[in-house]
Amino acid sequence: MIPYLPYWLCLILFCEGLYCVLRKRNLIKIIVGIMIMDYAVNLFFVLLAYKINGRAPILSPDTTIMNMVDPLPHALVLTSIVIGLATTALFIAIAIRIYQKYGTFDITKIKELKG
Amino acid sequence: MIETSQIIPLFVAIPLGGAFLTSLTSKKLNWLADILGIGATLVLFVLSLMSVRLVYLYDILIYKVGAWNPPIGIVMVMDGLTSFMLVTVNLVAFLIACYSINYMEKFTSKWSFYTLFLLMLAGMNGVIVTGDLFNLFVFLEIAAIASYALVAFGTEKFELEAAFKYAVMGSVGSLFILLGIGFLYGYTSTLNMADMANVLKEKGVSNVTLMVSVLFLMGFGFKAAIVPFHAWLPDAHPSAPAPISAMLSGVLIKSLGIYALCRIVFNIIGITAPISNILMFLGALSMVVGVFLAIGQWDFKRLLAYHSISQIGYVVLGIGIGTPLGILGGLFHLFNHSVFKSLLFLNSGAVEYSTGTRDLKEMGGLASKMPMTGSTSFIASMSIAGIPPFNGFWSKLIIIIAAVQASHYWYAFWAVLASILTLASFMKVMKYAFLGKLGEKWSQIKEVPGFMQLSMLLLALICVVGGLLVLPSVSEVFLRKASDALLQGVDYATTILSNV
Repeated sequence: MIPYLPYWLCLILFCEGLYCVLRKRNLIKIIVGIMIMDYAVNLFFVLLAYKINGRAPILSPDTTIMNMVDPLPHALVLTSIVIGLATTALFIAIAIRIYQKYGTFDITKIKELKG
Repeated sequence: MIETSQIIPLFVAIPLGGAFLTSLTSKKLNWLADILGIGATLVLFVLSLMSVRLVYLYDILIYKVGAWNPPIGIVMVMDGLTSFMLVTVNLVAFLIACYSINYMEKFTSKWSFYTLFLLMLAGMNGVIVTGDLFNLFVFLEIAAIASYALVAFGTEKFELEAAFKYAVMGSVGSLFILLGIGFLYGYTSTLNMADMANVLKEKGVSNVTLMVSVLFLMGFGFKAAIVPFHAWLPDAHPSAPAPISAMLSGVLIKSLGIYALCRIVFNIIGITAPISNILMFLGALSMVVGVFLAIGQWDFKRLLAYHSISQIGYVVLGIGIGTPLGILGGLFHLFNHSVFKSLLFLNSGAVEYSTGTRDLKEMGGLASKMPMTGSTSFIASMSIAGIPPFNGFWSKLIIIIAAVQASHYWYAFWAVLASILTLASFMKVMKYAFLGKLGEKWSQIKEVPGFMQLSMLLLALICVVGGLLVLPSVSEVFLRKASDALLQGVDYATTILSNV
């Protein structure tokens, strides 16, 4: 078993998304690349909080829970997912408007700006 | 009895509430959107001036959200640097809101402009006041997403293209920041900035802090458009409507990029020699690359956008030197740049409003028809080029003196060279746009309406008197407090935790 295997896989996922953003020519594929990066970072937060046989940290007067998981990263991931949703929605809205104006998703054909 | 620290959440609450009300009520009523926009920004500006006084009296104010004590709850902190940035942001935002009353008439949906504008302002103020790292990320995203939408506001071909490019680069930058926050949380098990600084101080320098510094440098470098992360700026800033270009170039890249980077590097991780060297090198690089790219431009707004990269370089160089004088100069230049660069973008907007063109070759002699625009842009050009009585001169002088004192002679040389090239490129702007013979087709143009003139005039006045901020008695309250907040380094933690 390789040590820290999940973290390495998470890093590979992140780099895959980055590669997709840098190399792909289609607007939609770029958006998918950003989503992959986003989910890799979210996965990283989830991994941080993972604990073998961990229990939910619910406080009740008569029980003491051993081996609690850290609840904070889960809350952060929820926030981050919502932010990602907003960004993706905006991306897709812009992409649709670009398609209406240019009639293509190919970024090599979308180049009004130079210099 | 209301506690004084309750002023802090207002900086986020007022623009958020204003954005909500504008989107709810002003769809049909343009004048209501104007009043809400102006009103909210005016109140914020007054509050930010009050905050300078409060910081002078109490040094540091802390507001605990939901009354949870740090490190568990989120805190909002007001120290010297915070109030300095709040004044810069809200001053420029107020004057730009004034300008937009007339300028935005030519667009169809004024209410959505003001909604996005106030959302962006809420995000920026939030980034500045927050004392919690994840909270900083959330506010940063609010401001960033609003700014992507504002760049695409005109929905023409080039605007959409610029907005897409900006949004892709901006999101990648944000993800690097989020990854950095994840690493720091995993390492320190806390998100409160002060507590995090404490834990990091105990653990000492390790590979994790090094990795995190690089991630933040990349992420915030994207936001601040430091070379080599600058490629989006010359497309995005000129494509937005003029008031938004002024806002983006004037304050957004500074509050999201420079402020957040400084806060994290100085107050949480602690500045070390390698980071300081990287900052100085990147600053000098942006300074020179930006100005060389700017000289060849013929599009008025694109030229200004390249100069933003160059001037941000001065700020980063000054702060990177790390001596008290260097940091003071860097922050002073940050304030000055936000004033004269917004003024220049508003001037370019005024020219576009009257003539409909941004191409310098088509203009000429506009000063005779538009005296206010001509004279204010003359003042702004002299400020940015660093001609003595204006504010830009003093801050550049301080940065250069600080570089020489720290025996970085080459950086001082590049700073002087970039300043001379800036002067050359603005001579070109003045010559082609405002001086010379009036073109045939411009015989019918008029000066822009009242509110636009008013905000340009006020910004020009600040350019003229801005140099007074270095006077010892004035800088004691304003600039010195801000640079002290950075200079205290990781002692920031003790200052905050002992004041709770």
